[in-house]
Amino acid sequence: MLTKRIIPCLDIKDGRTVKGVNFINLRDAGDPVELAKRYTMEGADELVFLDISATEQNRKTLSDLVLRVAGALNIPFTVGGGVSSVSDAKKLLRNGADKIAVNSAAVRTPDLINKLSKSFGNQCVVVAVDAKNINGRWMVHLVGGKVPTHIELKDWVIEVEQRGAGEILFTSMDHDGTKNGFANQTLAELSFLVNIPIIASGGAGTTDHFVDAFKIGKADAALAASVFHYGEIKIPDLKKKLKQENIEIRITNENS
Amino acid sequence: MNTIIIDYDAGNVKSLQFALERLGVNAILTNNSELIAASDRVIFPGQGEAISAMKKLKKHGLDQLIPTLKQPVLGICLGMQLLCDKTEEGETNGLGIVPTKVIRFPNTVKVPQMGWNVVTHSNTGLFQGIEQGCYMYLVHSYFVPIEPETSAKSNYAGEYSVGLKKNNFYGVQFHPEKSSKAGSQLLENFLKI
Repeated sequence: MLTKRIIPCLDIKDGRTVKGVNFINLRDAGDPVELAKRYTMEGADELVFLDISATEQNRKTLSDLVLRVAGALNIPFTVGGGVSSVSDAKKLLRNGADKIAVNSAAVRTPDLINKLSKSFGNQCVVVAVDAKNINGRWMVHLVGGKVPTHIELKDWVIEVEQRGAGEILFTSMDHDGTKNGFANQTLAELSFLVNIPIIASGGAGTTDHFVDAFKIGKADAALAASVFHYGEIKIPDLKKKLKQENIEIRITNENS
Repeated sequence: MNTIIIDYDAGNVKSLQFALERLGVNAILTNNSELIAASDRVIFPGQGEAISAMKKLKKHGLDQLIPTLKQPVLGICLGMQLLCDKTEEGETNGLGIVPTKVIRFPNTVKVPQMGWNVVTHSNTGLFQGIEQGCYMYLVHSYFVPIEPETSAKSNYAGEYSVGLKKNNFYGVQFHPEKSSKAGSQLLENFLKI
């Protein structure tokens, strides 16, 4: 059976991890490579690196970082943040990224999804979607959820699938940061609408929330940042819990 | 001993190079037929889509060269699929080494399959010393059915091949360079064949 994936997300600024981390025994917790290696050892199935300082100057820093990550990791990773052209994506993929996440640029120029998919295959193309429930309608937002659009979430996910997205990373702005659980109802609806994998994001607070994201939300993967960075949830504990709940999950000697 | 990675602009080969480096091997990335023919080991990577991949192979004459190679050859992901006769992806002809047709997953499952799946295997050759029921990382929309050449299988909408062996040709559907320790073991096994 294909297993559900657990994905820690690392926010990157100027080549360094942003959020404070309280891992002990790390020489440099601000070094994304050190942190990534630690998560890999603990049994993370995949990693996402999100560059939140996407300026021209920083693009070079990011692609250098990707090269270092690829040299150190033996699990897949996705890179996102400010990717707005095929050539941006090409640099990152050439340096060893497995997938590219696009967000605002895809909403502004939807054809970017077609171009990326044609150039690199749909397996490389993750479309990240930030959305918020406004008067009962889920609306897509831009720029890290700050700017609303007139696009409905369900229309957008269908469109991105048709344009060649290989995966959707759905973040509920209503749940993000609350630690009250994922947007399970909406996740399940998205899974019904499209036939590509969906990563749940926003709201992780306890191990039970992950159980619900998979059982109720039908998510294929679940992403979280702070609960992992601050050590509130340990990946080996989380995976044990999921296994107990009969959810298919990868448990190896490395994280038992 | 020299190991070649066939360079035909087939996606993420950097990670493969790094994985081999971690095993102490500096693999050469090239599309030069003479270098490929003279090497001890050939890795045939692949990602993306079959039609353009075959076009690129033809451009360098590699579609003619690869089937004639006598040294161990390892096809990875699309590289494994192209070892076969045909693929449903754009109704493309492959290299014709393994007599079977690659087909698309049905819509009863999410396509592409993306993630870690359980692999059972022959425990010989590439798979020697690797745990039965190990997890490997897969990303693909098309699959190779179970055939006499099957050396490893997984299950997604039914059983299918994730490992092939025919003479000196080996194929794996998963990405060993992205499959943690089990994947690294498999690459190490290939280097010893």
